Amino acid sequence: MSDHELAEPFERLLADACTPATIRAIERGADPAPLWSRLEASGFVDSLVPEAAGGAGLRLADAFPLVVVVGRHALPLPLAQTMLVRALLAREGLTAPSGSITIAAQTRVASDGAIVCAATPCGLVADWVVVALADGWRVLPVAYAERTPSGVHASLRADLRWHALPADAIVGSAPLESAEAGAAITAALLAGAMARVLEISVAFANDRVQFGKSIGKFQAIQHQLAVMAEHVAAARMAAEIGCAGVGPLPMPLRAALAKARTSEAAALVAPMAHAVHGAIGITAELDLQLYTRRLHEGRADYGAETHWNRVVGRALIDSGASALDFMRSDLIPSNDELRP
Amino acid sequence: MIEPLSLQPLPEAAEALRADVRRFLDEALAGMSADRRARSWLGFDAGFSRALGARGWIGLALPREYGGGGQEAFARFVLVEELLACGAPVSAHWIAERQSAPMILRYGTEAQKRFFVPAVCRGELFFAIGMSEPQAGSDLASVRTRATPTATGWRLKGQKIWTTNADHSHYMIGLVRTSGAPEDRQRGLSQLLIDLKTPGITIRPIEDLTGDRHFGEVFFDDVELPRDALVGSEGSGWEQVTAELAFERSGPERIYSSMVLLDTWLEFLRASKSADAAALALAGRIVAHKATLRSMSVAVTAKVGAGASPMTEASLVKDLGTELEQLTPIAIADAIATAQATLTGKASGSAGGAEKEVPAELLRALAYITQFAPTFSLRGGTREVLRGLIARGLGLR
Repeated sequence: MSDHELAEPFERLLADACTPATIRAIERGADPAPLWSRLEASGFVDSLVPEAAGGAGLRLADAFPLVVVVGRHALPLPLAQTMLVRALLAREGLTAPSGSITIAAQTRVASDGAIVCAATPCGLVADWVVVALADGWRVLPVAYAERTPSGVHASLRADLRWHALPADAIVGSAPLESAEAGAAITAALLAGAMARVLEISVAFANDRVQFGKSIGKFQAIQHQLAVMAEHVAAARMAAEIGCAGVGPLPMPLRAALAKARTSEAAALVAPMAHAVHGAIGITAELDLQLYTRRLHEGRADYGAETHWNRVVGRALIDSGASALDFMRSDLIPSNDELRP
Repeated sequence: MIEPLSLQPLPEAAEALRADVRRFLDEALAGMSADRRARSWLGFDAGFSRALGARGWIGLALPREYGGGGQEAFARFVLVEELLACGAPVSAHWIAERQSAPMILRYGTEAQKRFFVPAVCRGELFFAIGMSEPQAGSDLASVRTRATPTATGWRLKGQKIWTTNADHSHYMIGLVRTSGAPEDRQRGLSQLLIDLKTPGITIRPIEDLTGDRHFGEVFFDDVELPRDALVGSEGSGWEQVTAELAFERSGPERIYSSMVLLDTWLEFLRASKSADAAALALAGRIVAHKATLRSMSVAVTAKVGAGASPMTEASLVKDLGTELEQLTPIAIADAIATAQATLTGKASGSAGGAEKEVPAELLRALAYITQFAPTFSLRGGTREVLRGLIARGLGLR
């Protein structure tokens, strides 16, 4: 199945189910359950689950175009994260719970035994959270957590706190590199959101007339949009590298590359889009903000560029290899991994 | 809008070449200092080019019939990647192989193809490109050098400048006016194959800020050229040159110009154990960008191989590649200066006496790339020209 055949019905589903009005309503506190029910019923949540367990058996690499589409539509639910965690559950023979599952970004076990997940992406809307603990991972029910919104307007991030491990937590035993998993998914979401931001900005530059012509005819604007297009293209490629591999989980160093490169791009693309738009760009009414707010949040989720660049840099120094050999052996996917 | 570039495999047949090339380079470059290797595609070594030619590694993707290797574009990609990453002195044959021979094969007569291309592939015939003039830089269509038809061919008068390897090359492919006036712009331009030993040609090298004399001025004072100096058709020079620039923009050389500097710095970080958090972040950032760009460059090569002409995508890769290659010496200079200050400070109080000075060779390679880096965003189309092409691809003009 080509990327196109896979992504197109999904694109249609989200274009219909996840309109800007729906996003705004959920950001204002509307119940996300009806939207989630529709997504769950579509079957895409089990894209990465093995066929033997009733899923589509895709590799993360195959599902990459789907994650990009989620980003393009600024979906206010952790659908892509749920896909990954359901594959993780299936791999250990565990039954996936109904509901959406996000990936914890910063987990800490307090001295009194409380489990604290700070600044959890989609923490306000998710039903479950996967956390990596010293002795394996857990999927925790958000219903039993003390849930504190970030306080940032329209943000879906939240701090979550369980006073003790809930009785109905799902217990996984294999080690999980949850930050890398979150980083690879977020990189692809960022790539999708950036592509949308570029489209919106190019359309605006062609429509908006000043000094008697559309502002897109001015070389200064053209060059800003060209630079945006460069970073959008690089972010897309980096995100694809982040999801490349043979299984449902990312390879850690590639996830690091992907998150570093896309975070850097997001921090450039969002301000440039606003510079092209002028004052109208920062209004709540214009859809641009739905995507640019997510670019800044996503850039920081699971670590921004400097953190992940250090991870890549440490591996490069420790490898003792030349830059080209390191790139070819540790970052760029091999031919075997690129075969369908 | 621009279609996204996606990951493409490098064919096994192309990869199979890598080990042989590396074995050859390990021997050929043994003992060559980092600052010499950093010059790479500006490093002129006719003997090295002949040795490459003898192995069949010049014109790898050109037809066998004309002395080439008959392999696909990806084989050349692997070869060039290895040559540049190691800093091989490839300048002598570089332009002839990358631009001149493909151009002659595309537009030349059978006699021209037989005369020039096999000698290029042997590493014995070097070319210069005659495009820029004192009054024609980015505005290339304003060239004034003129070839007037005569009974036996052409009489050439005018001047070219910034001609790489002018004084080492056997031939120049010059873009000159053969009809009309400068106001006619793109119309009336043609490409001529100019034997640089012809009487009436004066070549004056120009010294650059690094002390090298890699480029120069070429003066034509009523130079008599034969009729078959014309390549392609009279008046079609502009279209031919535009196609030639596409060859120039799409290769891996846009991401490996600073590779020797990067590797030399990494060796220093390992030997001195001086990789602090900032140095790690910088090293990681450079390779994360470079691995992404390399994947983009492979994707562009795949499009070219499939018969497309991905001008917008090639421009994206070149402009991003240039930005990274210009950032590399600037950022590494900061890291090295920080290490110098820190290591010196520690030495006074520390025992053991390990040699932690920054090697002079690394500093020379750094200085060379720093000083030469401004040309990265000039050659093959300036940053402004490329961004204009991308804007066109976005539908803005």
